[in-house]
Amino acid sequence: MAFIECKNLSHVYNKGLENEYKALDGINLKIHKGEFVTILGTNGSGKSTLAKHFNALLQPTAGQCLVEGMDTGDEKNLWDIRGKVGMVFQNPDNQIIAAIVEDDVGFGPENIGMEPHEIRRWVTAALKAVNMEEFRHFAPHLLSGGQKQRIAIAGALAMNTECLVLDEPTAMLDPVGRQEVISTVQRLNQRQGITVINITHFMEEAALSDRVLVMKQGKLVQEGKPEEIFQNIEAMKKLGLDVPVATELAYRLQKKGLPITKAITNQEALIEALCQLK
Amino acid sequence: MLTDITLGQYFPGDSLLHRMDARVKIILLFFYIVGIFLFDNNICYGLNTALAVLLVFLSGVSPRMVLKSIKPLWWILILTFVIQLFTVPGEVMAKLWIFNITYEGLVKGFLISLRLVLLIGVSSLLMLTTSPLMLTDALESLFRPLKPFGFPAHELAMMMTIALRFIPTLMEETDKIIKAQKSRGSDIGEGNFLAKVKSMIPILVPLFISAFRRADDLAMAMEARCYHGGEGRTRMKAMRMHNVDGRAIVVMSLYMIICGTVYFML
Amino acid sequence: MSIEIKNLKHIYMPRTPYERLALDDVNLTIPQGKITAIAGHTGSGKSTLIQHLNGLLEPAEGQVLVDGVSVIGKKPENKKARRSVGMVFQYPEHQLFEETVAKDIAFGPRNYGCSEEDIQQRVKAAMDFVKLDYDTYKDRSPFQLSGGQMRRVAIAGVVALETPYLVLDEPTAGLDPVGREELMNGIVKLHKKKNNTVIMVSHSMDDIARFADHVIIMAHGRVLLEGTPAQVFSREDFIHQAGLEVPRVTAIVKALKAEGVAVATDVYNMEDAVKAIWQALAKKKAGGAGKC
Repeated sequence: MAFIECKNLSHVYNKGLENEYKALDGINLKIHKGEFVTILGTNGSGKSTLAKHFNALLQPTAGQCLVEGMDTGDEKNLWDIRGKVGMVFQNPDNQIIAAIVEDDVGFGPENIGMEPHEIRRWVTAALKAVNMEEFRHFAPHLLSGGQKQRIAIAGALAMNTECLVLDEPTAMLDPVGRQEVISTVQRLNQRQGITVINITHFMEEAALSDRVLVMKQGKLVQEGKPEEIFQNIEAMKKLGLDVPVATELAYRLQKKGLPITKAITNQEALIEALCQLK
Repeated sequence: MLTDITLGQYFPGDSLLHRMDARVKIILLFFYIVGIFLFDNNICYGLNTALAVLLVFLSGVSPRMVLKSIKPLWWILILTFVIQLFTVPGEVMAKLWIFNITYEGLVKGFLISLRLVLLIGVSSLLMLTTSPLMLTDALESLFRPLKPFGFPAHELAMMMTIALRFIPTLMEETDKIIKAQKSRGSDIGEGNFLAKVKSMIPILVPLFISAFRRADDLAMAMEARCYHGGEGRTRMKAMRMHNVDGRAIVVMSLYMIICGTVYFML
Repeated sequence: MSIEIKNLKHIYMPRTPYERLALDDVNLTIPQGKITAIAGHTGSGKSTLIQHLNGLLEPAEGQVLVDGVSVIGKKPENKKARRSVGMVFQYPEHQLFEETVAKDIAFGPRNYGCSEEDIQQRVKAAMDFVKLDYDTYKDRSPFQLSGGQMRRVAIAGVVALETPYLVLDEPTAGLDPVGREELMNGIVKLHKKKNNTVIMVSHSMDDIARFADHVIIMAHGRVLLEGTPAQVFSREDFIHQAGLEVPRVTAIVKALKAEGVAVATDVYNMEDAVKAIWQALAKKKAGGAGKC
């Protein structure tokens, strides 16, 4: 059974009103346990709306979204689903609730009624997992953007989450912060088997994932491994997206006549391919 | 500078005061304030001041931080002092135009100002040694008995937590919007009253929009983390009274008795 | 004539426990009619620096001269100096407040005391620059636009001031790839047309290499490096010291060189990288097989 499954999922905002707007249109997808999936798409393509279905912040207006077989449309599954699927949003300032780091990380566990000593244990473990232990007693507004996002990740981990849905977590960060967040997410995926769904505009991040989903105007238009998706550079540019720099460089060299046969998504692969041509 | 505030700024530490139960601290602070107003003779003022100094010392918070929290009320202190100085009748020390400065006025002005300083200083000590969350938890806990009468203790506490969390963020935001509008040639706070009010619109509109956007985001983030009101919620930092609280209560009771004795007997 | 920064020093919250030296003896001349990029790690002082350029912050020591006149002071010429520097903050869409797009863009020019006729013309020109059709959007509420469109309205609000100097703090932050590309191209187009001086804070070394004529690298409140992109990016040691990276194509050719391929490493954009690698590998073919 897939961990998350969308069956013909559609979402219409302001249904029946003048400004009715169809944000998602017949999405079918499966996400398996332990996978690292990236969702790409321009602004307004429906990525965020889709992400909010994964932990039942939104319910489909047609079709279904299932998390471990539980229907997100069924009220009684709400807390189980939100406990299993944690969310991290774009703006680091707008998702930290408490004025002290450890209090914020403990917010989720408190909501699900964990025992105090259990909460402490989970909070400590979560802060350790994102390498933020020494900031336990800090005020969040004194932290950098990357550190704040790691606190948000810890907040989800402290609830024993099995899946992290990250909605453009690095969009507002500088390159250092971006790197901090992405390597944290990657480590959690690889070491703790946490399922990751990352929404991003940065192609280099997408190249790190197991699978890439591409959205356009509320529809899922492409799906595949990063090397498959990025192979068709023209199609990506037509969708208003981009490809990693290494991919573009390989493509241009290929066009010029260099016989690069392998699909390239990162610097290491490109160097290796070029060295073989020597 | 807009971001330059002490209110609601917790200073982490592990002093005696930090370790006390926030509920006990609030109640003892209440008694201390009652004491300040009730026992207004010189010896009690001395004792109150000594206790305040001792508390600052015990808290490990730098005295400068405590003084800084008094700074915004500087003009109130001066005003109080000056009013007392000129209005209290008694032995005239000096004459200033039509006003008489009396010895009694000088003493009274000093004592009333001292009372205010103690009041604010010790209150800010509570803020400095208690994390905002502990503070709101304590208030929630203290007001819980009122819940059957429809008093929204949890909701108010949560509102306070969020307000405290977002004070620095919104301060920063305001600073940024002011600078952005200034860069567009806006003369903020210049001209007559009407012009002044008008010049605030380009700041207030974006500020409110931003606050609403943040509120929306935050509500979503809270919901995503299973927040559903106070029902069935537990606390990481369960409030429990320790030995230090018991001792503090004993010390405070004795102190009040001493002050009372001094006040009524002498 | 240009912007000169002399011995600039700035201290945040002086005489408090939070006192922090944000800028320490910064000396710079921003070249006239060029695109200057400022890069630096968060907290390097770059945002503090740009806020001095139109007098939003007052220096503790030193001064900023725009066309020879200080931006600090109450005299009309000081005000004129301040007003010749347009400033686009990060996420500028958060400063929109008017009922309609046209009114919001007109806010700046009106404060500058332009005539109604002039204002309308400036609004039209600014909207044209950010590619928002005047007739379609002028009466729309800015708050009903998409995020990218709001960004463009906000930038138009500063462009309409038609200042000889334009400062932009990370103008493309948070936009999608098309949005980033369009905005950067728009800024370059405006620069070419008006020959204005552009000062841009950016985190993207790729963008800096592509668009900037002059680069300033800041670290710990000081200027660490300054020069053309080629001069600056050739000092990889300094770049790393500032907590930054070289452009990604530069990193690739350097890695290739480390593997023993005789490739030129002074390349900073895609076109040059393609050329350099092509040349190196074509040379290799002529010279026979090498080891990798």
